[in-house]
Amino acid sequence: MEAHEAQVQLVPGDGPLPPVQQISIAVLVLIVIGGIYTAVHLPRHVPQGPTIALLIAAALLLAVNVALLARIEQFNWRVFRQVAGWVLLAYAVIAGMLEYVFVYDHTRGTQLLILTLMLVVFALDIPVLLGFSVARFQALDHSS
Amino acid sequence: MASIAEPVHAPPAARTAPARDFQIVPLVGLPVVAVVIGGLIAAIATNSLWALDFYHVAGGGLWTAIDLFLGLIIGPIMGTMSIPARVEFSTRLMPKMVLLMPTLVTMTLGSGFQLARLLGNLSANSPEHGWLVASYIVVGVMATIALGLLEPANIAVLFELRKPQPNGPRIERLMKVFIYTAGITGLMQVATLVIMTHVAAG
Repeated sequence: MEAHEAQVQLVPGDGPLPPVQQISIAVLVLIVIGGIYTAVHLPRHVPQGPTIALLIAAALLLAVNVALLARIEQFNWRVFRQVAGWVLLAYAVIAGMLEYVFVYDHTRGTQLLILTLMLVVFALDIPVLLGFSVARFQALDHSS
Repeated sequence: MASIAEPVHAPPAARTAPARDFQIVPLVGLPVVAVVIGGLIAAIATNSLWALDFYHVAGGGLWTAIDLFLGLIIGPIMGTMSIPARVEFSTRLMPKMVLLMPTLVTMTLGSGFQLARLLGNLSANSPEHGWLVASYIVVGVMATIALGLLEPANIAVLFELRKPQPNGPRIERLMKVFIYTAGITGLMQVATLVIMTHVAAG
């Protein structure tokens, strides 16, 4: 990465920013609780009400987070895209591995769908979190 | 919203330092990671008890030891070092952690779940089920701390270090988050050690 340094660097990270990191952690907590709840019941039938509620709450928070992120006016989007893109690739591999284990262990039907969607939310949340955590401390990139 | 921008004040020590050129993700380590993950997939696919046990014990042991070592030994030492020395040390340590820790976590958790399934510990009728549920909760809390606080601080420090004028106080603040969270997860690993040795002893 080559930083585009101006004479005076402007970074948004030390000023007030929307609580993207906190919301990302909240999404993570909901997914982890859903994962633990599912793991506690496996290999028996997992009651779907709580896992669906946790999934919907996590997805809604993720959507709110993306909306908050998009409203930031001065932000180094080039660095955000760079970090989030590579992290997305890495977590797609990790989520893919977990999906493989679920399918391999004969998880099927609605339960597989819920777990898959939880993995999707997880694999989207972490890139947002890491991309934001890095880009907030980067000088504004006027080329983008 | 949130359009505040502030000038960066580099510390005197960092102001004259040349821009550091290093890889945030050490590419030379990627083939090693690919081999380790490939071995994990093979262990799960073949349900080899020995391979799953090896991955779980080796990965878990290294994960625990490194967390404890970082949090309880390296952390306090770094706290006594000058900022330029911390920057130099972090430049060499942190890229390796970017590859090492996620690989160890994937090794440990992936093989652990499959091992528990094979040994019947996942079943609610298993006498070890309660201990396993406790381990899920401990791992869940550790994963949240690691992914939510530790890893963002790690990556942010690396990007800061690559700037021609790294912000010393910011690096110090982020490194504190990294070291403290590594220490907390390290202490939680002690709980994991208690649970896992109990499960292994039956």
